[in-house]
Amino acid sequence: MTAVSIQRLSRAFGNEWAVQELDLEIASGEMIALLGPSGCGKTTTLRMITGLLRPTSGDLLFDGMSVVNIPTERRGAALIFQEHLLFPTMTVAQNVGFGLKMAGVNKAEILSRVNEMLDRVELSGFGNRKAHELSGGQRQRVALARGLVTRPKVLLLDEPLANLDANLRITMRQLIRSIQRELGTTAIFVTHDQEEAVMLADRIVLMFDGKLQQVGPPDEFYRHPRTAGVAKFFRSQNFLSGTRRGNIVATGAGDLVVSDTVIDTGDGPVIITARPETLRLSSGLNEQNSLAASVITSIYMGTHTQLIVQLQDAVWHVQAPPSTAVKEGDQIFVELPKSEIWIIEDEPESFALASALNDE
Amino acid sequence: MTLSSNQQSLKKMVKGRGLAERHPLNWTRWITVGVIWIVVVLPLTALFLRSFAFRWLFPDILPGQWGLRAWDYTFGESSRVIEALLNSIGVALLVTMLAMIVGLPTARALGMHDFRGKKVVEWILLTPIIVPVLVAVMGIHIVFIKLRLTGTIWGVALAHLIPATPYFVLVMSSVFANYSPALEETARSLGANKFRVFRYVTFPAISSGLLGASLFTFLISWSQYVTTLLIGSGTFVTLPLVLFPFLGGGNAAVGSAITLIFVAPAILVLVLTSRSLGRGSTVMGGFGKI
Repeated sequence: MTAVSIQRLSRAFGNEWAVQELDLEIASGEMIALLGPSGCGKTTTLRMITGLLRPTSGDLLFDGMSVVNIPTERRGAALIFQEHLLFPTMTVAQNVGFGLKMAGVNKAEILSRVNEMLDRVELSGFGNRKAHELSGGQRQRVALARGLVTRPKVLLLDEPLANLDANLRITMRQLIRSIQRELGTTAIFVTHDQEEAVMLADRIVLMFDGKLQQVGPPDEFYRHPRTAGVAKFFRSQNFLSGTRRGNIVATGAGDLVVSDTVIDTGDGPVIITARPETLRLSSGLNEQNSLAASVITSIYMGTHTQLIVQLQDAVWHVQAPPSTAVKEGDQIFVELPKSEIWIIEDEPESFALASALNDE
Repeated sequence: MTLSSNQQSLKKMVKGRGLAERHPLNWTRWITVGVIWIVVVLPLTALFLRSFAFRWLFPDILPGQWGLRAWDYTFGESSRVIEALLNSIGVALLVTMLAMIVGLPTARALGMHDFRGKKVVEWILLTPIIVPVLVAVMGIHIVFIKLRLTGTIWGVALAHLIPATPYFVLVMSSVFANYSPALEETARSLGANKFRVFRYVTFPAISSGLLGASLFTFLISWSQYVTTLLIGSGTFVTLPLVLFPFLGGGNAAVGSAITLIFVAPAILVLVLTSRSLGRGSTVMGGFGKI
């Protein structure tokens, strides 16, 4: 039960900033995902929290106390890597009990706490096995037990669901979530996979190039991306430029009515976005928020039909019902539901960037 | 139940046989065994017989007369064999220890990190293998005389380090190349200080490779002749120095006896390494770099 406060945390390697002025408040018991493409500084941040890497500047507080000068072994931030999970020469029980042994806990108590923890991760009776006798999912559970048995202040995980197949990911997600909630441990994990972040985290911290992009609960990243880059990272490429006047955005393809709850950008040029799965095909222009479009490609995906359409000067993705029967070259009408339209904060000048993203 | 236990015992059997089991062609195994007998075991048998022979004339398959005279002389005071044996053991242990102190950090850096000038360091490491040791030793002989290191165990050990360190570092760097620092970092985050990380995580992971590298280092020191002769100044004698005069034209029986003593640790090493090799051929891996 530890609150973590990250204050203007920075780390440079040579002349390159790996992490730049990161500010973040993590509540006690919260599960945070540090998300971003490789090289965005998420792993550097994790290593600074463990104490394996010294920050160049900034501060790091556990429950209000600065831990920057406390070495890793006394910091109480347990680390779980995705690979090289277990100590190969030790048994499962020795692995799980390692942290307790280091803390000088007596043997009887180690034994009972290890067994209790193995029960919790559904591995009772596996204590005498060696690491190489376990499956990937079992190893992951042992690593989780080993990290949590010492009741660390913070649990740090490096891509906890990577390397697991789809079914195992769901089981592990539930296990990690339930144990973490039950014990109330503050947890931070690093991932490059937005699905993994969405599945596990209370809040996501998205980083590009060492800089914070957006912090918030998972659905915010889908419905209310702050920039085109954020939307793009969450696999939306739908951007359209227009001119805002009150709740009306005039685009080249027609006028759109936006909800009162979108951010206040003032009147003037803006960029709007809407997720592919919220769009609908409509019968004609007289419907509200319907824009004319021509179909570039239509791909049947089983659960839905993926349409790529030309909307004025932009290329949009539309996730239509599986039964949709449109083909290349068809003229259709795409309805953008009022509540699903979002205005991104990018300067309209940077729409060049959004268009470039569109072209990819 | 019986099925799974059967499977387990089968697994154990396969594991126990190790390398041999992986070769489907059994005849390669027989050829290997045959070559080992012809090259190693037969000559040793001849040496063994010779050391106990008092008279062994040409057409006889076995010696005509037996005797312990060669062994009596070998273990007598005048032969200096006991003194040389103790010196050999002492200097080889010292060299192994020094190689560990110098070589482990070097090997770790070379195996686990990329840094500027890494290729240069690797080449410098190889020079003692490329350049004849005699050249290097002639040069440092003068320096050692000034430092009064000649004729001492420290001087000889330092000289032995020249040919021994490269082998130690090469073998250990390949061990470290297969080793991930993530385990050490995990251990630290679980509350282990640096000393305990080494004791519980690093050492168990590298121990079999370290055993192999140490045994090689020991043997390289054990078989040094020219370096010991020059730096030892004749006052510090090791087994090769005592053995050498008998190889040319001395008493063949005595020569055989000393040779047997000289070969003993090498055979021990062969047996020990062949066991640790079962755990992974990283021990030999370093030699691929040469």
